[in-house]
Amino acid sequence: MSHAIDELQAIIAEMKSEMEEQRLISGSAGASGSGSRPVRDRIERMSAEVVDSNPYSRLMALQRMNIVKDYERIRDKAVAIVGVGGVGSVTADMLTRCGIGKLILFDYDKVELANMNRLFFTPDQAGLSKVEAAAATLSFINPDVRIETHNYNITTVENFDRFLDTISQSGQVAGQPVDLVLSCVDNFEARMAINAACNERNLNWFESGVSENAVSGHIQFIRPGDTACFACAPPLVVAENIDEKTLKREGVCAASLPTTMGITAGFLVQNALKYLLNFGEVSDYLGYNALSDFFPKMTLKPNPQCDDRNCLVRQKEFQARPKPVVIKEEPVSEEPLHATNEWGIELVAEDAPESDPQPPKSSEVGEGLRLAYEAPEKSSETPAETVTAPTDDTSVEDLMAQLKSM
Amino acid sequence: MVDDSTRKTLSNIPLLQIRAGPREKDVWVQRLKEEYQALIKYVENNKQSGSDWFRLESNKEGTKWFGKCWYMHNLLKYEFDVEFDIPVTYPTTAPEIALPELDGKTAKMYRGGKICLTDHFKPLWARNVPKFGIAHAMALGLAPWLAVEIPDLIEKGIITYKEK
Repeated sequence: MSHAIDELQAIIAEMKSEMEEQRLISGSAGASGSGSRPVRDRIERMSAEVVDSNPYSRLMALQRMNIVKDYERIRDKAVAIVGVGGVGSVTADMLTRCGIGKLILFDYDKVELANMNRLFFTPDQAGLSKVEAAAATLSFINPDVRIETHNYNITTVENFDRFLDTISQSGQVAGQPVDLVLSCVDNFEARMAINAACNERNLNWFESGVSENAVSGHIQFIRPGDTACFACAPPLVVAENIDEKTLKREGVCAASLPTTMGITAGFLVQNALKYLLNFGEVSDYLGYNALSDFFPKMTLKPNPQCDDRNCLVRQKEFQARPKPVVIKEEPVSEEPLHATNEWGIELVAEDAPESDPQPPKSSEVGEGLRLAYEAPEKSSETPAETVTAPTDDTSVEDLMAQLKSM
Repeated sequence: MVDDSTRKTLSNIPLLQIRAGPREKDVWVQRLKEEYQALIKYVENNKQSGSDWFRLESNKEGTKWFGKCWYMHNLLKYEFDVEFDIPVTYPTTAPEIALPELDGKTAKMYRGGKICLTDHFKPLWARNVPKFGIAHAMALGLAPWLAVEIPDLIEKGIITYKEK
């Protein structure tokens, strides 16, 4: 008897959680909204009117303050976010609140209670796919944003082609590429896959990352052919000056803090906005050392010996393109700033072009930065004592059968 | 870093020469042959030295791999399913080896039971592209992981011996 009651209770609990899931998913689907939460209607045009009921008044004020020209252009922009975890979800949240036209979310993970030390997701979403849960919350926050979700791992052979097609055809105008790709993934494999895709389709993207010990982060702007791609050099990371020997990794893969992730997402979206709406200066690389509150910046030139052949194609294209002349609006001053220059002091541009770009070494990157490891020498030979696989006429099928029968 | 016995194991696994990923269909077949040759040699070496510890096979495209690995502890054999995909960026990036049945049982795993590799694995792999293949990933990645994690998991009672 009590056994049957337990079983029924389990069934009820399961149905409850299913209903909850449905409620969350349906929240993302309809503008009218079937749930109990009030959902506002879509807004046709962004208004600059300053009233409590206008969700865009403070953003449109950026125009009046002469920061952004024509803020409403943001509605024409489509951004792909790969990885909707600690950084990606906050990134999506910020862009949604800014009224971005379209967001395309990629992730194949589920929300877990272990994610609750980070921002955005809530405990009741545990068990839902991250993209579904995110889409529900984001559409509720701003129903004007079009949200497209993709629940798969982009690094596998079959999914990579779908990823390529999506980023090059799911822009705000169908058939057009997205305006920007934001990498918010937590692993090297996925970053390299995004890099390969963006080099192939010539799309600008931002790499972002937070260190496994949670005390540093960075963003990197990659414009194929113009700045170093992710395969041009070993990953550039923030030097933390922690003694390797005192760094305990016992029993864990990674630590995380909502602060470091929020700051990194803030850097990422700030630079994405500057790029999309054409204001301020977009950083090529911006690091964050949380232990010393140090923010290193630098620019990394592409490696003429990059292993990614599409990177080399983009480098050639870039070199052949005429460079736009940057005209800086100098403040007009009546008097000379300094009448005399007794000591002969002059300003030298920090970003003076290098004559012959070579793959960088750790000693050559900016202060407070290091390469994750030293790049291998290009000419390195196979050590004599090792053996190489023999090449013969045996077919792959024969070899497969041979290994299977061992 | 890499200890002497691992170094010796590694030096007896044939190195690969062809730099090709699964998207480059024609050249990939050549690379796949090298992968199989290296794996066959590695399994032979293991058998000869009495340290046979895994079997692998793949789908016909060579993009999905699966098999078994086992670990001897106090004369008992603990066996696990092993699987991984060949990423589109292979061999620049190593395969992410997974033991799905141990997912959630140890903190040294990422989602889906992918094993958490040491800080040394990736730089070592990166310096040896395209010479390292699946056999090297098994020797350098999975073997040391099992040697550290399995005795610990047995001791904690998280995994128990199953009669096969």
